Amino acid sequence: MNKLLERHPIGTVITFLPLWIFLYFALQPFADAIVSLSGLPPSEQITEAVRFFVFETPKVLLLLTIVVFAVGIVRTYFSPERTRKILGGKSLFVGNVLASMLGIVTPFCSCSAIPLFIGFVETGIPLGVTFSFLVAAPMINEIAVVLLFGLFGWQTALLYVSTGLLIAITSGYVIGRLKVERFVENWVFEVHTTTSALEETVPSFRDRIQSGFEAVKDIVGRVWPYILIGIAVGAGIHGYVPENFMASLMGKSAWWSVPVAVLIGVPLYSNAAGIIPIVHALLEKGASLGTTLAFMMAVIGLSLPETIILRKVLKMPLIFIFVGVVATGIIIVGYVFNFVY
Amino acid sequence: MNIKVLGPGCMNCKTLEKRTIEALQQLNMNADVEKVEDYQRIASYGIMHTPGLVIDEKVALSGSVPTVDKIKELLLAHRSAQ
Repeated sequence: MNKLLERHPIGTVITFLPLWIFLYFALQPFADAIVSLSGLPPSEQITEAVRFFVFETPKVLLLLTIVVFAVGIVRTYFSPERTRKILGGKSLFVGNVLASMLGIVTPFCSCSAIPLFIGFVETGIPLGVTFSFLVAAPMINEIAVVLLFGLFGWQTALLYVSTGLLIAITSGYVIGRLKVERFVENWVFEVHTTTSALEETVPSFRDRIQSGFEAVKDIVGRVWPYILIGIAVGAGIHGYVPENFMASLMGKSAWWSVPVAVLIGVPLYSNAAGIIPIVHALLEKGASLGTTLAFMMAVIGLSLPETIILRKVLKMPLIFIFVGVVATGIIIVGYVFNFVY
Repeated sequence: MNIKVLGPGCMNCKTLEKRTIEALQQLNMNADVEKVEDYQRIASYGIMHTPGLVIDEKVALSGSVPTVDKIKELLLAHRSAQ
């Protein structure tokens, strides 16, 4: 399999695509067949939970595979170096908008946050613009978007991307206005690059396809257990929690639910893969969209591990400002959605 | 030859270190492989995306985990350039 991929990446795509389409359209009959074969009594709680699990699991995994593959290819057209070049010399607001959008497509992992931060600061990209990037990059990730698309439809996925962008743009802009340069650790400004970074080579189309496959192996290989757990918990809620159970707790009428959801969500850390099936089940049981969205954004976008990593370059006050501004943005979005829907 | 693997210790960096050692063994080459985890030193090589691979103080690669074969290519290219 690996050899095949390496030698004929394009041929492999042509072979696998029809198989993917076939499997995707076979999901419903497959799930129904499993449920009826299992001999579980119809419309019992356990049956509904099992049906949810055997339908959602392959569906989410299939969607994830194809989107991670596509994103893996798209990302070969972007690099932190190129992003830095684009952002250099942009004014505050324009820079924030661009940085947020580039945050979605530039390859990024939280372990790279520090070198990236230093690389940005070094070339004189304003702090506010850098923060827009750092907010958007983890929050709007492909896994979140796929799962939202798969479980709720394109409207919700679009909603998530656009509100995520809005939060990244405004948080960065606000932080930029606050003049927080003095809260950056001094050593950051003293870093002198000794060697010039390697010159970029343009990958061939084959290389790009190859990167897509590598992304699938890496990401799907890493997150599938979380997806299984997430869907299992979601299935449990789907089957056993009564309708409207969440309405009083996370419904529109509970005005305090938005800030509480964010407060709980910030220290919690889960990747998007695990949280969204749970979110799906919460919504189904009467939690309101704004509250759920706020909870999800807080969990995915603000995480304790990433904050700890950032502490190496940011002094404590700036850490609090960063978390505070982003959390406030998320809360406002939560209220707006509860009000509109 | 001196080889540095730049990275704070996440999965990718460990994989890169392992594959680098494997590549060296397959080529029967001798080199000191050093793992650089200090952010200040990582940043001083001008890379913005970990993991990074530095061969004799020259950045050979950053931001991706190459296959063993690719690392072998880089090592051989470096040796013949000397």
